[in-house]
Amino acid sequence: MAVPISYYVVLSGLVFLIGLVGVLTRRNIIVILLSIELMLNATNINFVAFSSYLGNLSGQVFVFFALTVAAAEVAVGLAIIIALYRHTTSINVDDFRLLKW
Amino acid sequence: MTPSLVDLGAILPELLIVGAACLLLVLDPITPSSKKDLLAWMSLGALALCFMVTIGDLNHRVLAFSDLVIIDPYAAFWKLLLYVISGMTILFSMTYLKEERIELAEYYGFILLSLAGMMIMVSGADLLTIYLGIELMSISLYIMAGFKRFEAKSIESSAKYFILGSFSSGILLYGISLLYGISGSTKLTDIAQAVTSRGFDDPMVLFATMFLIVGFGFKVSAVPFHMWTPDVYQGAPTSVTAFMAVASKAASFAAFLRVLLEGFGGVKPSWQGLILVLCIATIALGNIVAIVQTNVKRMLAYSSIAHAGYALIGIVVAGSVANGDPIASGGVSSLMLYLAIYSFMTLGAFAIVGILRRGGLEGEELDDFTGLSKRHKGAAFLMMIFMVALAGIPPTAGFMGKFYLFMAAVNAGMAWLAIIALIFAAISAFYYLRVVMVMYMREPSAAQENETRLAFTPTTSVVLACAIAGVIILGVFPGPLVSVTTSAVMSFP
Repeated sequence: MAVPISYYVVLSGLVFLIGLVGVLTRRNIIVILLSIELMLNATNINFVAFSSYLGNLSGQVFVFFALTVAAAEVAVGLAIIIALYRHTTSINVDDFRLLKW
Repeated sequence: MTPSLVDLGAILPELLIVGAACLLLVLDPITPSSKKDLLAWMSLGALALCFMVTIGDLNHRVLAFSDLVIIDPYAAFWKLLLYVISGMTILFSMTYLKEERIELAEYYGFILLSLAGMMIMVSGADLLTIYLGIELMSISLYIMAGFKRFEAKSIESSAKYFILGSFSSGILLYGISLLYGISGSTKLTDIAQAVTSRGFDDPMVLFATMFLIVGFGFKVSAVPFHMWTPDVYQGAPTSVTAFMAVASKAASFAAFLRVLLEGFGGVKPSWQGLILVLCIATIALGNIVAIVQTNVKRMLAYSSIAHAGYALIGIVVAGSVANGDPIASGGVSSLMLYLAIYSFMTLGAFAIVGILRRGGLEGEELDDFTGLSKRHKGAAFLMMIFMVALAGIPPTAGFMGKFYLFMAAVNAGMAWLAIIALIFAAISAFYYLRVVMVMYMREPSAAQENETRLAFTPTTSVVLACAIAGVIILGVFPGPLVSVTTSAVMSFP
């Protein structure tokens, strides 16, 4: 028995919300990065679920692009975080106060 | 399916730019540091070549790669503007990088990569290409904001830009996934059909529109999604700040407008009110907070927020009537005109900030401008023109840009919106003219006399000359540019 599409949409909505709240409330920059990844992966759930529901492949193609972009983004993001750690020896966003936040 | 030669021909400028960027990245390590300027000239050459190619696109419309990419006069206009901006940024950077001792020519490679992203954005006819363009642009800009990696401020701005940039991309992407669920496609034309037939009462359509507007709102730094702008603009190297403030904003506006008008043209009343709120909030907050800034880069950041607010008037006007109506076209063309003019004013102002040096540092505080007219008459005069233009005082181009935008609002029956914008433009004169006052009416202290100097070189002179020519010529004879924008809009729905 197939799982109805609404289940997938609710799941991806929840994952997206967890990511969104994580970005807004967490202070550890690594956890913020993980939360952003959650948001992107919620999108992928949506794309794959809709793709299978609509019997249309373009959603799955989009997922490949989204995954690749997310990987590139994380690579650059981690590099920036390392450079930042060398200056501040901290990964807490509250310590990044040279510029008024 | 393999791409045909026609398809590849359509994206020739993008291919050239990406090719040049890759070549630069390869050549950088094997070029001795005394010859890095050659790489900058090479990237300028690539830009000139693309300029020639794109001029030919100003009067035809082609869809390529099974409707993923559209080449039309609208896209061509933005691309030409982006080439000019990138060229001026590169010329300015040649001096700036030496002053800041950033001897990494991959900098030019990243400018070109980010330019390629912007070009893909403005000619995307599918949300997939638009998303990829946004990401290519943003990821390159995250890196460029942190190019002064030995300086904590620069890295911090890069980190903040990265966090909020990828956060907004995530929101945008979620909106795209919902739209895919509605229409089974990410093409703007298919989305337009699905959205129109479903109507705005459908919660999926509602959420998708909201997510898209929030995502693009971050990119164009509209209030309340502007909080990254001042920090990032202040911390990033000035040449990069200028590039971000001008090029990324222009490209984001271009894509935003295309998505809203082509994808959501059928449900205009539902999003027009939202954009209107953003527009008024952006104009008000940008101008008011700019008043209390003492750092010129930060002040220019708030000024760029305020100018994004003015530009949003164009979208509001275009959203008030059906596509194809002359009033809607007027809104779009005045937005294009405004952003072109804004580019010259802002690039010029940032260029002056970048070449004004205090000891080994940048003279970015308002104090550093004290009595500049006594020490460097030319620079003070140019800065005065840019400030007057940003405030929108005739006979500069800043006035013409605002005039066309406000007229578009009046034509659409929104004279009250023009009046609100006009009041805040008058308020903005206060902080722009304060810079002029500090330069002309205050006596510099002895320390300032000794410490500050201007890093004038032939290349910066060219940049300033271009900027000032743009500001004056477009202010006195806006006709040719107006006709270019008007005809570019004709291809638009």
